[in-house]
Amino acid sequence: MISVDVISKSYGDVPVLQDIQFNVEKGQTVAILGPSGIGKSTLLRLIAGIDPKFEGTVSRPKNMAIVFQEPTLLLWRSVFENIQLIHPELSTEAVREALSEVGLADKADLFPGQLSLGQQRRLSLARGFAGNPDLLIMDEPFVSLDEKTADEMLTLTERLISKTQPATIFVTHDTTEAARLATQILTLDGQPATLKIKETLK
Amino acid sequence: MSVRAFSLLGLLGFWFLVAWIAADPMVLPMPQELFSPLWAELKSGELLFHLSRTLIRVIWAFTLAMSLGLALGLVMGLFPHVDRWLDPWLVVFLNLPALVLIVLCYLWIGLNETAAIIAVTLNKIPNVTTIIREGARSLDPNLKAMAQVFPMRKQSVLQHVILPQLAPFIAGAARSGIAVIWKIVLVVEFLGRSNGIGFQIHLYFQLFDVRLVLVYALSFITVMLLVEWLILQPWEKRVRRWRTA
Repeated sequence: MISVDVISKSYGDVPVLQDIQFNVEKGQTVAILGPSGIGKSTLLRLIAGIDPKFEGTVSRPKNMAIVFQEPTLLLWRSVFENIQLIHPELSTEAVREALSEVGLADKADLFPGQLSLGQQRRLSLARGFAGNPDLLIMDEPFVSLDEKTADEMLTLTERLISKTQPATIFVTHDTTEAARLATQILTLDGQPATLKIKETLK
Repeated sequence: MSVRAFSLLGLLGFWFLVAWIAADPMVLPMPQELFSPLWAELKSGELLFHLSRTLIRVIWAFTLAMSLGLALGLVMGLFPHVDRWLDPWLVVFLNLPALVLIVLCYLWIGLNETAAIIAVTLNKIPNVTTIIREGARSLDPNLKAMAQVFPMRKQSVLQHVILPQLAPFIAGAARSGIAVIWKIVLVVEFLGRSNGIGFQIHLYFQLFDVRLVLVYALSFITVMLLVEWLILQPWEKRVRRWRTA
């Protein structure tokens, strides 16, 4: 179980986040909604442990995965190595399986720069799920994609989540996206931002 | 390739022209006048002996300066509080004239091989450090976060995340490094060694033999051009493969 308890987070003298408490069980998907600039990504960085400077505690499992807005790939290593180097415990077949899961089976030997943006995003998604994470964190993974690609990505993500069943926390500003993936929606609002609405779906 | 060849031929042509105007082999001999002394030095084994002595010193100093400079630059680029402490040292060493370091090394360590190589290494480290520090400061923070969350092993992060991002900086430091290092090695040999290209140039300078000074200098330039074309450039091409694929 992941439990988040952020008492406060400030940048310098400016408080950004305050009193944010929630838990996520394995198999649950929590969407964090809110207008841009409210501090959603900041909250994710606290949860992921990227930014340790805040007041409060987050208990998180060891086996985590993250999918960023940008694909954030190792552009100097092949598509195959982009999964294998991050998950050295996986066998060659398991890496190929993860690639074919997102439709990149025939691209294994290319460099990420040779892929389209949509394909790079799918590789980033495959990297996230490949290690069967206990906690998956996604930061606006479908932003700035055209409608069709975004929809494909959503369907793919839905399938991968139901297959691996991680605890998922993802950030978005799109209500329909949130409604489609999430079992629970949390809305950030205010200055400093805090949890305003908790709504349980499904 | 053809541009490179023409450019070098142009330089040779310029030499012919100036030698023809000077019309004094004591000042500047014609290029073809170097062949017989070159052959004599090759046959006696003198040239290859001194070339190899210099080359060994260059390799030692280059390896030491690159690895120490890389480590120091990485640490200073990644940890700002270390950088604040070491930066003044870096500025001092960057501005210390090569000659001063060489003389001090010979005075403190003695007229030996260790002093010679340390002097050259110390001259080059600050430069490598400065370039690598710039690279370490420009590392992608998102990749760092990615490597931290998943988490990747430290060894793997260095090898597959950090060093590939530094490759252009390492190549730059290596390129400028090798050129500067062999010039300083020559000064070190000139001042305090009894073999090497610098020693031979010192000898023929005292004998006022321009032909042999040129033979020794040009031989080593040829070696360094080969290193550039056969080692540095192919290596750079290999690590840049992903950009052009």
